[in-house]
Amino acid sequence: MAANAQAQLDPNRAAQRKAAMEEAVRKVTGGAPLRRGRVKLDLPPLIDNGNAVPLSVSVDSPMTPADHVKAIHVFTERNPQPNVVNAYLGPRAGRARIETRARIADTQTVTAIAQLSDGSFWSDSVEVVVTLSACLEEGLI
Amino acid sequence: MKVLLLAALCLSLAGKAVSEEARKSGYDFMSPQTQAMQNDEVTGPAALWLLDGEASFKGNCARCHAEGSMKGVAARYPALHRGKLVNLEQRINACRVEQQKAPAFAYESRELLALASHVGRQSRGLPIRIEVNGTIREYLDRGKDSFHRRQGQLNLSCTQCHDDNWGRKLAGSTIPQAHPTGYPIYRLEWQSVGSLHRRLRNCLTGMRAENHALGSPELVELELYLMWRARGMKLETPAVRP
Amino acid sequence: MARVVVNVPGQAKRGEVLEIRTLAAHAMETGFRRTQLGELIPRDIIRLLVCTYNGVEVFRAELHPAIAANPLIAFTTVATESGTLEFRWSGDNGYSATQSVQITVV
Repeated sequence: MAANAQAQLDPNRAAQRKAAMEEAVRKVTGGAPLRRGRVKLDLPPLIDNGNAVPLSVSVDSPMTPADHVKAIHVFTERNPQPNVVNAYLGPRAGRARIETRARIADTQTVTAIAQLSDGSFWSDSVEVVVTLSACLEEGLI
Repeated sequence: MKVLLLAALCLSLAGKAVSEEARKSGYDFMSPQTQAMQNDEVTGPAALWLLDGEASFKGNCARCHAEGSMKGVAARYPALHRGKLVNLEQRINACRVEQQKAPAFAYESRELLALASHVGRQSRGLPIRIEVNGTIREYLDRGKDSFHRRQGQLNLSCTQCHDDNWGRKLAGSTIPQAHPTGYPIYRLEWQSVGSLHRRLRNCLTGMRAENHALGSPELVELELYLMWRARGMKLETPAVRP
Repeated sequence: MARVVVNVPGQAKRGEVLEIRTLAAHAMETGFRRTQLGELIPRDIIRLLVCTYNGVEVFRAELHPAIAANPLIAFTTVATESGTLEFRWSGDNGYSATQSVQITVV
């Protein structure tokens, strides 16, 4: 379903924002490769309203001083700016899980990146479709 | 053949009002994640208004109204107060003005929404109970007319969407049955808690129909009809809606 | 006016993972919205939440405009010893809020 959904952003704007996201990711990873796995990004695939979207990230990690998640970063590719949240954990967290409510501006892919104590980066992405609510204050629909 | 066609035509013209058993709250049309936000009373989006309302109740109302005394109240509004039809927000204001000799809160103000959320919360889980006797009936009939009347640039009536086409899509959103089971609600679109009247004004804007003021008799009568139509359904205040 | 909410169990066993849920009252104005006249409404958001446990930082979150209004931030920390969990929010235009919670670790 998400693969066929078309977002409304004009192609130039979309390209700019995607580049901004890639830059923001590069700032965090320093260009290191992103490995798939260990990270689970949870948000609804079909979003009732983009103003407050429940979002959680869990990382499979023992959270010991020798092996833990140092940080979790969440990015979007189509919001006006790419960062959502940067959470800094450590062995005292006990579990690598954060939860928040995000603003998702458009149908797009949201990405979570976990930075581990061994210097590796792991990621997960979710494609979401954002719908507008009906009957608004100024009437679009 | 002609008889069959005629019968089919008659069936399609008859308004398909939602039967009592088929009634569903707007909650049922939301995603599980949005439902979870409503279920989270401590850190859900309406939590701050509930806390403000609780503090306000303790400060302003507790002098006369004992803890727990508001149970069941929100579930039976709109109701008559001194012969006039009022909703919960207006009843709260009436108390402020008449008993506390304090100025009324502005209709959509944070203070009034917080108090209405707190008082409404005391009826969460209770069935909506609207008693129709004597004078109330004429208000109810006017509300019912307004729900069924075609209006606005689209010549659309509330019943056409909410009785005849609930469950279908209106530009990507699922049309609910329009039961006011959780007001005041945290509407995700508003990024804030708001009243039923604010929501009804959004509907009228969407329908390109002439709007009515917050707290106007037209909206209170419509609110009465909607609450009566939802009688027996459980109150969910404060609900979360898209 | 309620400014913040912190939800955490008041008591836990040593080594247990405490689930902490926090809420702060804030409109989180993104800086991307415009008025009816087209003027940009300046950004005004919470930028940072820091949690310390008996003075030691155990969690930090940097918030951006993409965090919804009245931000919910939920995370965990291990119950190591009895004491104070302190939460400090800070943001644009000098915004600051704090909350302390006592926890007993048995």
